[in-house]
Amino acid sequence: MAHAESHTGLIWKVFGILSLITAVEVVLGISKPDSLHLSNFLGTSILNWIFLILTLAKAYGIAWYFMHLKQEKAGLRRAIVWTSVFLICYLSVLVLIEGNFLGDVLSGRYTKWFYR
Amino acid sequence: MEATIATENTNKGAWTGGGKEPLGASYGKMMMWFFIISDALTFSGFLAAYGLMRFKFLDSWPIADEVFTHVPFIHGHYPMYYVAFMTFILIFSSVTMVLAVDAGHHMKKGKVTLYMLLTIIGGVIFLGSQAWEWKNFIGGTYGAVQLQDGKIVQFVDATGHQIALEDFVVQSNESRVVHTKSNGLWFEKDAGALPPYTINEVIESFKGNANVSLRTEKINLETKQKTIVSREEALKYLANAKGVIKGANLKVNEYGETLFANFFFFITGFHGFHVFSGILINIIIFFNVIIGTYERRGHYEMIEKVGLYWHFVDLVWVFVFTFFYLV
Repeated sequence: MAHAESHTGLIWKVFGILSLITAVEVVLGISKPDSLHLSNFLGTSILNWIFLILTLAKAYGIAWYFMHLKQEKAGLRRAIVWTSVFLICYLSVLVLIEGNFLGDVLSGRYTKWFYR
Repeated sequence: MEATIATENTNKGAWTGGGKEPLGASYGKMMMWFFIISDALTFSGFLAAYGLMRFKFLDSWPIADEVFTHVPFIHGHYPMYYVAFMTFILIFSSVTMVLAVDAGHHMKKGKVTLYMLLTIIGGVIFLGSQAWEWKNFIGGTYGAVQLQDGKIVQFVDATGHQIALEDFVVQSNESRVVHTKSNGLWFEKDAGALPPYTINEVIESFKGNANVSLRTEKINLETKQKTIVSREEALKYLANAKGVIKGANLKVNEYGETLFANFFFFITGFHGFHVFSGILINIIIFFNVIIGTYERRGHYEMIEKVGLYWHFVDLVWVFVFTFFYLV
């Protein structure tokens, strides 16, 4: 890395993009347009999907350009990214399905919202 | 045989794990990645547990926009702005960190020092902001009533906007005595600060003010708003009231589901602790840069390794931000 050229320009560009994504998230989070917020697509609102995708885009920017994954050897990069992405997806899918089931059981029979 | 022979350490003072660099990553960097992956899985576990509870209580979870509404020096309802500022600060301190790494590659000691200092300042601002966020969360804004079965009911005005207890509750001259150990065999531990009003004052004031209505935790899944009940219904709710709640702790909070506050304290607290340790490590490295440790070592790889940790903390915050404040 001794003769690495300066990446200052690229760093500021990535910063600009990350800030822009955050700004978009905040604007959507405050305004919550009904067409996105009250919709339902694959188990949650389209707005939530947008937030999730923007978050992953930010995570990509941070990992690739700030943590220099882009410059690492492909083997190291894959060992890091594939492992964690697989394990995290696996865990979240199972756990969220379970949570959904628990919710169905509770709200159907065991949660009361009336008082005498 | 070569592997078993102790070789002369080429980098003065720094142990390099025998000089082997699998996948082109030095010993220290590799170990930092090992740590980051395991820590990432820890955080995923916490966030997945949070997700499970959110799906479990999908129809009663507090709405973040109604909880985090404070901005310093301004009164009123401003959701998201402050946490957006915090996110921005953390991303910016990530940028100064990566600039320090970049300057390190070119052996520019002065620039590394400056950027490390800016990173530390960014981290301190973030941590201070988080403390302030916690203070507002713990102190509470509106106050609420807890029912016998643990549910929280909040008060709204005629337009459906939430109002604070002090907006409608009239204080009576009822005297309040602190429950002491001598008063009972089953002495309950002090539940913390005394709530601002007694439950009777709240109920009497509610009866006396026709404009006030009551909001339950239940979310109407069509409109994604909390359900407001009629006044007759509301009196039935209040007949089951247990106590007045102001603010949040691990046992009860005025925002709704107890788990919401528990996860908030635990996950943002755990993240905040990471930021805190990151700042400490950054400070140590900052002074090492000043006294020229890395100049003598011949490279600034330590900045890169510490940078990895700092970026990871930023990466985690990106997800915490999404799952606590946006989704």
